[in-house]
Amino acid sequence: MSANLSAIFYLISGVLFILALRGLSSPETSRQGNFFGILGMTIAITVTFLSVGNFSSGFTYVLIFLLIGGLIGAFIAYKIPMTAMPELVAGFHSLVGLSAVFVAISAFLNPEAFNLGSPGSIKLASLIEMSIGAAVGAITFSGSIIAFLKLQGIMSGSPITFKGQHLFNALLLISIVVLTYLLCSTQSSNFFWIMLAVSFLIGFLLIIPIGGADMPVVISMLNSYSGWAAAGIGFTLENSALIITGALVGSSGAILSYIMCKGMNRSFFNVILGGFGASEQSASSGGKEQRPVKSGNAEDAAFLMKNASSVIIVPGYGMAVAQAQHALREMVDTLKKNDIKVTYAIHPVAGRMPGHMNVLLAEANVPYDEVFELEEINNDFANADVAFVIGANDVTNPAAKNDPQSPIYGMPVLDVEKCKSVLFVKRSLSPGYAGIDNDLFYKENTLMLFADAKKMTEDITKNL
Amino acid sequence: MEIDPFIFRLSIFILSIFIGYYVVWSVTPSLHTPLMSVTNAISSVIIVGAIIAGLAGNSDGNFTISNVLGFLAISLAAVNIFGGFLVTQRMLQMYKKKIKNK
Repeated sequence: MSANLSAIFYLISGVLFILALRGLSSPETSRQGNFFGILGMTIAITVTFLSVGNFSSGFTYVLIFLLIGGLIGAFIAYKIPMTAMPELVAGFHSLVGLSAVFVAISAFLNPEAFNLGSPGSIKLASLIEMSIGAAVGAITFSGSIIAFLKLQGIMSGSPITFKGQHLFNALLLISIVVLTYLLCSTQSSNFFWIMLAVSFLIGFLLIIPIGGADMPVVISMLNSYSGWAAAGIGFTLENSALIITGALVGSSGAILSYIMCKGMNRSFFNVILGGFGASEQSASSGGKEQRPVKSGNAEDAAFLMKNASSVIIVPGYGMAVAQAQHALREMVDTLKKNDIKVTYAIHPVAGRMPGHMNVLLAEANVPYDEVFELEEINNDFANADVAFVIGANDVTNPAAKNDPQSPIYGMPVLDVEKCKSVLFVKRSLSPGYAGIDNDLFYKENTLMLFADAKKMTEDITKNL
Repeated sequence: MEIDPFIFRLSIFILSIFIGYYVVWSVTPSLHTPLMSVTNAISSVIIVGAIIAGLAGNSDGNFTISNVLGFLAISLAAVNIFGGFLVTQRMLQMYKKKIKNK
């Protein structure tokens, strides 16, 4: 197959990838979008086979490895519970990063295969491009591994910080640039390997100081990195499908990071520099006087809801942890049978990744037109009878609106306190991730339900 | 004077960033998780490079390190491609509208 013809097919798959993302603008078109994505990928792979045109013994191996990877991927895709989606995505990002590194090393060792010159005299532009691809790939890989371990709970979610961390990271970043420069001027492979090692290290160091609830930003950011790594390799291989995809994924991840940061009213650098919730946050947790709380049981909650005419449900990460989405849906079904209007309110940073709550509710068969984003539903709280907060905390904290001292001041929050009564399903009174007390717990119209989210929801359903 | 082909690739890259910017802003927030899994799947088009690396210059079964790294990269990217698209499909199947008459 001629180089020009295959370039045109790569362009077509790039366009199909754009359509795949475009399809996600609404759930109706999304399935078609995914199909376009699969088609684009099939075209790209087929064209590559045809253009290499080398059906020797190596070809069998390519197919075998493709099949092994494909089977593992398909198996994971069918087995993974929806609550584990953040871990899965983090894990997948690490694979993209690592394969970018492998391709870059492979191109560095055997540049003839990619028309990049010969070992020891690789074209300057190619060398820079593959260094960028390899470095960003390595950062994506080790960063995603840490994110995965934190999400999986293998590693503690609390930030790990040490003195001079930022300075050290900055020095490492500068050293990558210097090493790339040395690599280009000397063509010595030693600099390439050191640069790779430093990149792996920096990915690791970048993510360890970031705490558990900042994971939505981290995952989006790593998503973005995996795109830039692919684009870097795309320049090396002169492949437009890879360049287009890399740019799409890179900007997609960047936008998601921005949305997540805005949802927390924090700057991107504030999140990346990390340590939130670990350091001197004495602001409001100083005077720990025992304030009275009204706590109730499932019967009280059922009574309140039975007499309501509208209920708004506010899910959070706790719902995912307790796997309470199905129990919640059953409770809502019972409420609806009693002609009670039920809607769901989702904060942008609820859960551990963008859209996490929406997927869980969709899994529990909640129709997506009953689920609303913060701006759409925030005015409805004033007219609702009951707000049922399940596993969320900081995103409802009124301190974000009226306490300039609070670390979360300025963050957009759900106006839960405007409801006639608030039900809080929580395991204990412990403060949320931000380490600050929630005034809502002590309000006159708040009823705390101390229990596991799933068990409490089931009990309420029995009492309805 | 002839323009370096690099400039054309750079143009594709820059314009694609803009396309990405507008397309992603139009994605509904409730589909942000499928967006991440599908972007993950499509970024595995890096498999194209892995296939070239795996097939490069061998005809008699003597594989170089470069070939082996290509094979490994093929497996990793394949996990992502199949895993990413299938899990996206699985998620998207779940998004349903309210059924009006029970």
